[in-house]
Amino acid sequence: MISHRHKEPEKKPCACEGADKATSRRDFLFKMGVGLNVVAGAMVSLPLIGYVMSSFVKILPTKGISLGPIDQFPEGTTRLATYTNPYRRPWDGETAEIPCWVRRIQGEQFQVFAINCTHLGCPVRWFDESKLFMCPCHGGAFYQDGSHASGPPPRGLYEYKVSVVNNELIIDAGLLPTLARPNA
Amino acid sequence: MSEPTKKTAKNLAFDAAQGIFVWLDKRLHLTDLWEHTAGHHIPRSSASWFYVFGSATLLCLILQIVTGSLLAFAYVPSGAEAYTTLEYLTYEQPVGWFLRAMHYWGSNFMVAIMFLHMTQVFLFGAYKYPREITWISGCILMVCTLGMAFTGQVLRFDEDAYWGLGIGAAIMGRVPLIGENLVHLMLGGPIIASETLSRFFSLHVFIIPGTILALVALHLRMVLTKGINEYPEPGRLVDRNTYDKEYEEILKKDGMPFAPHGIWKDLVAAAFVLVAILACAAIFGPKGPTGPPYPTEIDTVPRPDFFFMWIFAVAALMPEYMESFLLLTGGPIILLILFALPFINNTGEKSWRRRPIAVLTVIFVYLALGLLTYLGFTSPWSPEMTAWTADPTEQSRVLDRTPLELQGLVVLQNKQCRNCHAIDGVGGKRGPDLADVGTRLTKDQMIRQVIQGGGNMPAYGKNLSPYEVEALVSYMVTLRPENQPPARDSTWPAIPPKENVSTKEAGPHAGHLEKTADPQS
Ligand code: FES
Repeated sequence: MISHRHKEPEKKPCACEGADKATSRRDFLFKMGVGLNVVAGAMVSLPLIGYVMSSFVKILPTKGISLGPIDQFPEGTTRLATYTNPYRRPWDGETAEIPCWVRRIQGEQFQVFAINCTHLGCPVRWFDESKLFMCPCHGGAFYQDGSHASGPPPRGLYEYKVSVVNNELIIDAGLLPTLARPNA
Repeated sequence: MSEPTKKTAKNLAFDAAQGIFVWLDKRLHLTDLWEHTAGHHIPRSSASWFYVFGSATLLCLILQIVTGSLLAFAYVPSGAEAYTTLEYLTYEQPVGWFLRAMHYWGSNFMVAIMFLHMTQVFLFGAYKYPREITWISGCILMVCTLGMAFTGQVLRFDEDAYWGLGIGAAIMGRVPLIGENLVHLMLGGPIIASETLSRFFSLHVFIIPGTILALVALHLRMVLTKGINEYPEPGRLVDRNTYDKEYEEILKKDGMPFAPHGIWKDLVAAAFVLVAILACAAIFGPKGPTGPPYPTEIDTVPRPDFFFMWIFAVAALMPEYMESFLLLTGGPIILLILFALPFINNTGEKSWRRRPIAVLTVIFVYLALGLLTYLGFTSPWSPEMTAWTADPTEQSRVLDRTPLELQGLVVLQNKQCRNCHAIDGVGGKRGPDLADVGTRLTKDQMIRQVIQGGGNMPAYGKNLSPYEVEALVSYMVTLRPENQPPARDSTWPAIPPKENVSTKEAGPHAGHLEKTADPQS
């Protein structure tokens, strides 16, 4: 089979009996065929690239979300709260429920921290007795105001923008906070 | 009478079979195909046990494709249902657990054997002229295989998978300028959700396997066109001008068809690998799923699968200033070195017996990876989240203590000190063991360390009252092996006069000090 194929190129010079015109015509048609496919290929790839890269280009903004009435958070405590991801898809299930740490300093003074460690995103845990957030992955620790206490994290905890409206605690949320976009 | 008829019947059947084969062969060119593939000639020396890892990796790939396709009968790649279908596969679908186990162990074996293959190729100089493309296609295959391992770990959509995605996103977020866009691209949106799982499903099931199959075709094609590496002899150097002829010579003088004469070791190894995978699957079962991927269940200690454990360890141990740089460029740099290898080191000695640097490199890489993996599994840098409530204190650490010292022990336990500091080896390993802290730090040094922190310890100044600090430190001073003197300030005389001790250390633990001082005097 392979040997047959190898012989083919030898045939060509004999088949085209001095018909240079025919060759150049074939060459032209071949080039045209390639050119047409380059254009068509570009047209096909545009929507494909657009589809894939839409999430790369489109950066969604955060949305205001209520964590409920502020009375649930006693002054001087830090508690876990959860909210539903504003960009929730119907098939997200429980993955749309996002936790965060709410610290009520006093009155309407709040700090709301993202659950994700600033090192590599593991969920930090609050220890009320030592007033520390500890990370289970590489041993990062944060003070109660979110500032970096020890370990590999490069900065303090990510904070949500907080406001109190009509006695409700509102945060700007919806994004996974990373070093590129620290404001969740 | 019956015999001749039987014979003719046999002959007839044989003739018919032969006829069918000839008919098929004329159309499909089977013998021709066989001669040019499985039947190709290899150097006799290459039919070695060292040369079985490539085919064994391919075998694992085939097994992964088969088991993976079958697992997809039940698996649903949706954030809401993936975990349920995993549980269904594991506990309800007949033989489902075993298929999951085979797929999991198949992946472990595939990664492990692939690295053995790569090591062998490296040590035997098989990447040198004229097999550069074989090596490079193999390197891309390695990346794809690791990609399969990571995406597969995500498809086992449990808590480890969820937080593993978070780690991936956190690494992406460190890319300058386009970090945020990359996070969006990776997650398929602003946050880990169903769309994230779907795109990892597509990668794991369609995109990467398709790429792998194409690359395997290229890889095998290169093995056929450039031939398998002959078993290197020390002193036999590769020269670009003469090698091709030499190789042809070897094939002519000492060659044999791979199938059926050279293949038996591969076949034995293949059977061995299959049995090993089956045995591991049967004995150890599938991995997980661990807890459900609910972000709100934060009582979790996320750990990657074993092939990525070393990266997990590196992330914990790297100094911060180089971390982002290494996380982002480490992979590409390693790849670049691998790609460049056949061009930097294209000719010359092939045998590992005369390539000490190559041997040392392999030893170093294996030692480093092994050590990092071990560290990843033990993760001594992670606080033990339950140590403060769960770990007991030995009786001898409580006996004969004053009320203030006992108060200090309560502080030590309640303020989660044990999460990072073990006592007699029980507790977290992040900080030093406190069993002998009294011999290392003076009381003043302890107070400073507790209040100001430092050396990777948080400062407790704001969270401890002066009374708590006093009690805690009083207790810690007593933590030292029997008959060992306490740490002393450099301003103190080496052998303190007895009265001095009692005046200087006129505190609740002074009695304890005297206890150890007594036998000395
Ligand atoms: S992810 Fe928290 S310390 Fe690494």
